[in-house]
Amino acid sequence: MVSSYGEGGKILAGGQSLIPLLKSRLFAVPHLIDIGRIEGMRGVTEDKKEIHIGPLTTISEIESDKVVREHLPALGDASSVIADPLIRNAGTVGGNVCHGDPSNDIPAVMHVLGANFVLEKTGDRRISDVENFFVDTLQTDVRSGEILTGIVIPNPPERSGSAYLKAEKRAGDFSLAGVAVYLELGKGETVSKLKIALTSSGPKVMAVDGLYAIIHGNTLSPDVMGRICKRASSVSRPVDDVHGTAEYKRNVVSMLTGDAIKIALDRAKGGRR
Amino acid sequence: MMASIIRIKVNGTKKRVEVEPRELLVDVIRDKLGLVGTKVGCETSNCGACTVIVDGRAVKSCTMFAVQADGKEITTVEGLSKDGELHPIQKAFVEKHGMQCGFCTSGMLMTAYWLLNNRRNPNDGEIKRHFSGNLCRCTGYQDIIESVKHASRLMYPKEEQIEVSQ
Repeated sequence: MVSSYGEGGKILAGGQSLIPLLKSRLFAVPHLIDIGRIEGMRGVTEDKKEIHIGPLTTISEIESDKVVREHLPALGDASSVIADPLIRNAGTVGGNVCHGDPSNDIPAVMHVLGANFVLEKTGDRRISDVENFFVDTLQTDVRSGEILTGIVIPNPPERSGSAYLKAEKRAGDFSLAGVAVYLELGKGETVSKLKIALTSSGPKVMAVDGLYAIIHGNTLSPDVMGRICKRASSVSRPVDDVHGTAEYKRNVVSMLTGDAIKIALDRAKGGRR
Repeated sequence: MMASIIRIKVNGTKKRVEVEPRELLVDVIRDKLGLVGTKVGCETSNCGACTVIVDGRAVKSCTMFAVQADGKEITTVEGLSKDGELHPIQKAFVEKHGMQCGFCTSGMLMTAYWLLNNRRNPNDGEIKRHFSGNLCRCTGYQDIIESVKHASRLMYPKEEQIEVSQ
C-alpha cells in the first residue's frame, strides 16, 4: 500500500508532528496511510547483544519501560522531556525519528547509542545506520515506499552510561539545545569511549566529532571536561531567534554537555548502564 | 474522499459514526456526537482543552484523526458523572475552586482522571509534570493542583497521602 501510493502517500504513526503540520498548511499530501495498529511494531525487547524497539511504541511507553530505564537511560531521559505527557501518550518513537526535525529529542539519543534502523518495503529490507539515517532538516534516509519497522540498539556493556539533558524556555517548548551523551569506562577512571550528539543545534542532529583525541587515555579531569564542552559548543550551529542568540545557545550546549557527562559517568560507575 | 464508518465506545456506549478521513476526533465528538463538554482551544496541540481518554490514556483529541480512534474506547468529560452524581474529581474541582472561566476545565478534569487512575496520591511535582500539557489562561495553577490533591483524597480515602512537594 505504501509502495503503491509512492510520493502521494505519507505514513501516519502517532500524528503528533504530522497533524499540526497538516493543519498549519505547511505540508499537504493526497493520502495518509495509518500504520498505527500494526501490533508487531510495538514494544521493547532485549537479548544479550541488542535491544529491539518497535517504532510504534509510544513515547510514554518508552518513558516507563524497564529495559529502557535500565540499559538505555538517555532514551528514558529524552522520553520524559518530549513535549508534554498528553502528546507523549500518542506520539511514537518511530515518528519522532522519521520526522527528521533537528529539534526532536530522540535522534541525538539514537546517535550516541549507535542505533540501526530497519527499513522495509514490499520484497526488500535494508538497514540504515544512524550516521546515514538523518539526512537534513525534515529529511531522513526513509525512501519512497519504505516503512521503518524496527530500531535496533546494541546492548551497552558493563561500566557504560548515558544521559540526555535539554534546556527549554517553557514546559513543552522545543528546546534551546539538547545534549545526548554515551560513555564507556576503561581501566581505572579513564574513559575509553565517548559519544555526544546535539539537538536544536543545526540543520539536523549534530554529532560531535574529534572527541577521541581529547579523551584518549585520560580521566575526566576539569581540564579534559572543559575541552569536551568547548568541542561540543564549537560543533553546534544554532541561529539567533526569539529563544536566544546563537552565542547564548552555544553556551547552553557547553553547560548541558558538562552536566550530561556527569550524569552518564555516575550511571557508568553505579553499574547502571 | 469517501467517508468511512468507525466503531467507537464513547462513555460506555457503542457508537457507529460516519466520518471523513480528514475529520479530527474532537470535531466528531463535538459535532457528530453532540458532546460539547470537550473544548477546542488552540487547535495546535498546546492547550489541552480537548483532552479525552482513549484506551486509558489522556490524549489531545484535536491532534488525532477520528479514524485513528476506530475500535477504541473513549471517555469524555460527560462520562465522568454517574446517575446525576458528580465524579469525585468534579466535586473536588468545585470544592477547591479549581477553575475560573471554566474553558480549560474539562481538559483538566480528564488529565486528572488519567493521572489519578494510574497514581493514587501524586505529589505536587508529579501533578505539575502531568499537567504541563494543559494550559489555564485565567489564573494561577495552585487551585487546580489543590483540586487534584483533594480529588485523590476523595477517590482513595484510605491511601496514605504524601504532602511533600516535588
